[in-house]
Parts: sequence; C-alpha cells; structure tokens
Amino acid sequence: MNWIAGIGHKRTGILYMLSALLFFLVGGMEAMVMRAQLALPNLKVVTPQMYNQVFTMHGTTMIFLVVMPVLTGFSVYLIPLMIGASDMAFPRLNAFSFWLQLCGGLLLYLSFAAGGAPDAGWFSYAPLTERTYSPGPGLDYWALAILLLGASFVAAAINLVVTVVTLRAPGMTIKRLPLFVWMNLVNGLMILFALPSLVASLVMLLGDRLLHARFFDAAQGGSPLLWQHYFWIFGHPEVYIMIFPAFGMISEIIPVFSRKPIFGYRFVALSSVAIAFLSYGVWAHHMFAVALGRTFLSVFAAASMLIAVPTGVKVFSWTATLFGGSIRLTTSMLFAVAFLLEFTIGGLSGVAFATVPIDWQLTDTYFVVAHLHYVLFGGTVFALFAGVYYWFPKFTGHLLDETLGRWHFWLVVVGFNATFFVQHFLGLIGMPRRVYTYPDLPGWGALNLVSTIGAGILVFGIFVFVCNILVSFKFGAPAGNDPWNAWTLEWAASSPPAPGNFERVPPVKSRRPLWDLKHPDAPDWVHEGVV
Amino acid sequence: MQVAASLFAGMLILAAAVFILVGCLVCYGLVRYRARAGAGEPAQTFGSRKLETIWTVVPLILVTGLFIATLRAMALIDAPSQPGRAADLIVTGHQWWWQARYSNGAVTAGEVHIPAGKRLLVQVESADVIHDFWVPHLARKMDAVPGRSSYIWLEADAPGTWDGACSEFCGTQHAWMRFIVVAEPEAAFSVWLNHLAEPAATPSTEPAAQGALLFQQKKCGDCHAIAGTGARGESGPDLTHVATRRYLGGTISPNTSDNLARWSASPQSMKPGNRMPDQPLSDAERTAIASYLETLQ
Repeated sequence: MNWIAGIGHKRTGILYMLSALLFFLVGGMEAMVMRAQLALPNLKVVTPQMYNQVFTMHGTTMIFLVVMPVLTGFSVYLIPLMIGASDMAFPRLNAFSFWLQLCGGLLLYLSFAAGGAPDAGWFSYAPLTERTYSPGPGLDYWALAILLLGASFVAAAINLVVTVVTLRAPGMTIKRLPLFVWMNLVNGLMILFALPSLVASLVMLLGDRLLHARFFDAAQGGSPLLWQHYFWIFGHPEVYIMIFPAFGMISEIIPVFSRKPIFGYRFVALSSVAIAFLSYGVWAHHMFAVALGRTFLSVFAAASMLIAVPTGVKVFSWTATLFGGSIRLTTSMLFAVAFLLEFTIGGLSGVAFATVPIDWQLTDTYFVVAHLHYVLFGGTVFALFAGVYYWFPKFTGHLLDETLGRWHFWLVVVGFNATFFVQHFLGLIGMPRRVYTYPDLPGWGALNLVSTIGAGILVFGIFVFVCNILVSFKFGAPAGNDPWNAWTLEWAASSPPAPGNFERVPPVKSRRPLWDLKHPDAPDWVHEGVV
Repeated sequence: MQVAASLFAGMLILAAAVFILVGCLVCYGLVRYRARAGAGEPAQTFGSRKLETIWTVVPLILVTGLFIATLRAMALIDAPSQPGRAADLIVTGHQWWWQARYSNGAVTAGEVHIPAGKRLLVQVESADVIHDFWVPHLARKMDAVPGRSSYIWLEADAPGTWDGACSEFCGTQHAWMRFIVVAEPEAAFSVWLNHLAEPAATPSTEPAAQGALLFQQKKCGDCHAIAGTGARGESGPDLTHVATRRYLGGTISPNTSDNLARWSASPQSMKPGNRMPDQPLSDAERTAIASYLETLQ
C-alpha cells in the first residue's frame, strides 16, 4: 500500500525504474520478434501487419516507456540526495508524474486488445497516419498515450528544475553541482522547451483523425511536412534528452573509479549547454531526403556538424580523466569505459548523417538503425548499466554480484556489437529500414543472420542482468554507506537512505564534499577559482 | 554517385582515425593507470585549459573542412529544385508500387527504363502517402511527398539493371515497394519508349480474347488502364504493356504466366495487405485473364 500511496522521492524513483525494466523486457521481446522474422530472407514468422505493429511498439516503448522513465527514475531518486535535500520540491507531483507515465504505457498497450497496435513507426509520418491510410484505432491510442506521457515528462521536468534551483544545501552553488545534477538540470530545461512541439503535433494529428481537420492533408491545403517539422523540433532535442542523464552518470562514475576528479568540469558542464542550444537548430537533418532547398539544408548540416565539437569535448574529458588515475575495473567501470567506445562509434556515424550527400544515400536504411542503437544502447543503456552497478548498493544496501556482472558485461558487449555493427554494412549495401522481409540479394541473408544471432546473445546477457538484480537484492554482500569511496553527498546517507535522507547534511565547500571530509589535509576547496 | 562515394570514403577515414585515437587512449589509460596494490590516491588534477582548448579547436577545424566538402558535393549531386524545363520522366509512388510516366505518354510500373550514358531529370511525386525513390547505385534518394514535385538526376554510365527501393516507411507492404532500373543503349531505349506509347494489341487467339472479355466483365478496368480499350482505372498499375515487365508486385514475383494467373485471382496470397482485393475467379477464368495479359507485349 505504501508503494502505491507513498510519495517519497526514493520510492517513486524505484517505481520508475521497475516499470522501465518491465517495459524494457517487453520492448526486448518485440525486438526479438523482428530479429526472428529477419533472420533469413522471405521468412513468415509474423505477418507484415504484425511486423509493422511490433517495430512501432518497440521504438515507442523503448523511447517513451523505458529510456525517459528510467532516466527520470534515477534523477528523482538521486538528485535530492546529491544536492542534500530531503525530497523533490513537489513530492505529490512527482508521484503523480510516475502514475501518469504508467497509465500512458498501459493505454498504449491496450491498443493490442482494441483492434491493433499503432503501426506507423515511432515518428509516425503523416499522411500515413491519417484515417484514410490507417483506419484502425492504433494511432488514436498512440497519440493519446503519448499525450499522457508528454504531460508526465513535463511535470517531472518542472519538478526537477525547481528542485535543483531551490533545494540545494548551503554551499552547493551552481558551480559545485555534481555533473549528474548539471546534466539533468540542462535536460529538464530541454524537455520543457521540446515537449510542447510534440504535444502540438499530436493534437493536430488527433484533430485530423477524429475531428476531420486537415492539417496534414495536401489535397485540402494542409501539409504533410508540417508534421515532420513539428515532430523533429521535439524529436532531435529528444535524442539528447535521452542521453544527457547518461552523460551525467558517466561523469560521476569514471572519476570515482579513476580516483581523480573529472578532467575539465567547466568544459563538460558548458558543452552540455552548447549542445542544448544547438539541438533546437538541427531538426531538419531528419528531413534531408525531402527537397527543401540546398541553402536550407546547408544551415542544418552546419549546425548538426557543430554538435560534434561539444560532444567531442566530453569524450576527451572522460578519457583524460583516466590518465594519471588509479583505475578500478569494477563492472560499473567496465560499462562506463565500454560506453566511451560504443558512444564514440555512434557519435561518428551521426556526423556521417550530417554530411548531406551521405544522408541522401543512407537515411532510412539499416545504417540509421545501427547508428541510433550505438547511441541509445551503446550510449544510454551502457551508461545505465554502469549506473545500476554503481548506485544499486545505495538503492538496496546490497552490492550487485561482480562475477555475474562480468558475464553480463561480456555477453552484452559481444551481443550488442554482433547485432548492430553488421547493420552498418546492411545499410551500405542498400537494405531499407522498417521492412518486414527482404529479397535474397548477395550478403543480405548472411549479415541479417549474424545480427539475429547477436541479438540472441544480447538477450542472454540481459537475462544474466535480471538474475543478478534478483539474486543480489536478496543475497548480495552488504554495501555499507560508501562502498566505492566516493565523493558526492548521496554516499554520506545510509544505504538505503532513511526517510528524510540526512540527519545532518555534510558541509559543502567544493564539488566533492566527501573528499574534503576524507582529506582534511588536502581539500578541494583550496583549488576553487583555479579550475 | 562517385561524388557521394568519395565523400563517404573521406568521412570513413576521418571517423576511423578519431575512433582509433580514442580507442588507443582509453586502452593505454586502462593498462597504464590500473590501480596497483597498496597504492594510495593518485595526484588530483582538475584539467588543463590548454588541452581542453586543443580538443575544442581541432574538431572545429575538422568539421569546417567536412562542411565545405559537403557543400561542394551537394552542388554536384543535387538537381535544381525549380528546374527550368520539363522532366524527362515522372515517377509516382503508390502504396505499394512505382509508376513511371514519360513525356511521350508511355507508362509503366515497377521498372524504369533509361538510356545509358545520359543524365535524365526525374520528377518524383506521390499519389498517397510519403514514399522515397531510391536507386542506391545511380542517384541520391528523394522523398515523394504528396502535393509536391521534387527532382533528381538519374544516370547510368553503361547498360545494365539496378535495384531500387522505397526508402520511407509507407505502410503494410513497404518492404515490397521495390523496382528495377534498366539502362539500355540509346537506340534500344528509343525503340522501347516508342513501343510503350502505343496502345495495346488486340488479342488474336481464342483464350486471349476470352480473357479480354473477362477483364471487361469483371471490371478490372475500374482500377487498371489498358490503352486502346475501355479500361481507364488509375488506382492500380497500367497494364497496357504488362507482359514486357520482368516482375510483378514490386519485384515480389517474376512475371510468368503462372504468377499472372495467380495474381489475377488471389493477389493477397502473394503480397499480403496489398491494395488489390482477391477476385472470385475460377481456375479457367484466371488462366484466360493471364493469357490475355500475356499478349500485352
């Protein structure tokens, strides 16, 4: 009962994470249906209609019901602890955001029972989504569910921004915020400015579908491209929204396991602000294959390429943090380091898409599928695994098992790369994305089979992860308050933290308050103003 | 496509160099700075303004170079968005097949013929939802957006056949919205083009004449056009010269008499979800219709 009626930030955070884990397993099963269908040419595991529902639900689930909620879960659990607060600014709104999110997810999945799930892809281009071409109820469920989810994420973002702005412990200035909090603060602001555009596009879509409006109907004076502009003004910042908190996790984990502060705090923090601003000026790079005029496209190409610069700053800062350190390769650190490499691949293939003539060949092929999974899985999910191994002891009081952790790590690394690296080649030899089957052309069958086998290995890795969570929750070694000898405030609280979090918040005189406590002879604050 | 390929090669070299650099740094860092037993905390360093400036400025220079290369390649590849002349052919995306229409009135579906060695201006349109016309070896891809005309250059250096596909998700049978591009020597292309503009031949054999009658009685002409007959439908592919085509149903099946007969009666068993409903035809009827269609050379 307390789990349902409770409003504490820690419970709400855990609920977010558990619901995301559940949907992650569902979305993973959808992925396996796709990989089974595509293992060989001309298979008939599912019908084309079912395949299209499954890939739409996979994308929608992973983005709106897994990545955004789990990141929200981590931030509502950790941010009050990291800034020395006892809860979020609006605890009831926090709980409400979670339940709204869960209802949105359930509503989306009810569509299967209501006559067919949505089947137009996660970005659901008009006019395919109009009643004429998609007469079933699936897209109505999709639009309504995402409206609920949008409201939930906006409420969560407001809560988060207000919490960071108003509830910081004495001494926790904006320049001393842990980078995880910094990234989430920027993220909250990005959500607030990006989501309205999504909501507007969904309202227009529902208007067209239910009220015979004509926003996207070219024959009646509407414009199908209107949807694309509105959707991607949300959709591209969304790409960063799905990775900024992960950047924050990496920026906490790599320093602690290297035993050094982050290299270039200010550059890491401010490069996020740069990315946030640029992210509102790059949406049309999703539309390079539309004839929008060369000048127009060039501007978006330039802005998209510029994003490589602040992103590169982060990668080099994380790498430089390793140098001169004393590195402990825990499972958490292994995932963080693997993140560095996988995310770099995803970032570089992203620059390829900003290069317009390359995009004119590769957009909407399997090269995109490879790219986006290197960013979202190799990036965000790897960082999340690192984060789970790092903070699970704080959440539960138990360490995750390191032996199972190694199995989990290597299975996921091998499975992930086998699944997705070959998809670069599939895109290069001409396989479009979102096809339920493909002709038996040279190489297509073999590469797809490798990808499917890789997905099988990946599933096994995820299975080990879930086992590790279940086993360690019950039998894991006791963690103590501060198992990693870390420096941010959450490690000063008990594991799990008591209601109210701290009896007394430690003094905050620098970015690493617990370092200062542990090393009174060489505290960080003597360097303040220098770095 | 040479331009795009060289640009990709350049991009690949740049990306590989960056990845190898990061990879080597990470691996070296992990090995060199692995925690030693009994070691205390390492020296606490907070950053280096000099290094940070370097890894901001160097990537900035690199992407500036990439941007200039991009602009030049775009100018070479892209057709004008408002060309001052009529297109050589118009391709129109339909759920889930492509139509090609030439300025002399020739119409075909599922394949595009072009003269080898000549750059054609192609106008890309859509009859329903957004599609994307893509021939990987011969041209950039171009979205077919309802209500808009877009233009690309299409050129093959030598005679041959290339695969094409729809590259924007467009519904149930997006996967089989494929087509072929056939490049022929100029003379052969002209012969083909003039032939395609002629009306359909009148059936001369008994089964074919029977099929022609059935085609009319079963109202096939509501959706399909056959020039020179009363069939004027536009929602399905034009069948005036259907027998000249290599494939049916967006390349899902070779164009054989068996497949034509099967498609006439039960297209849903061949390409599930396509827009043509199954037809209540007896075996004799569908064979007759196929014999008629086979005369449409």
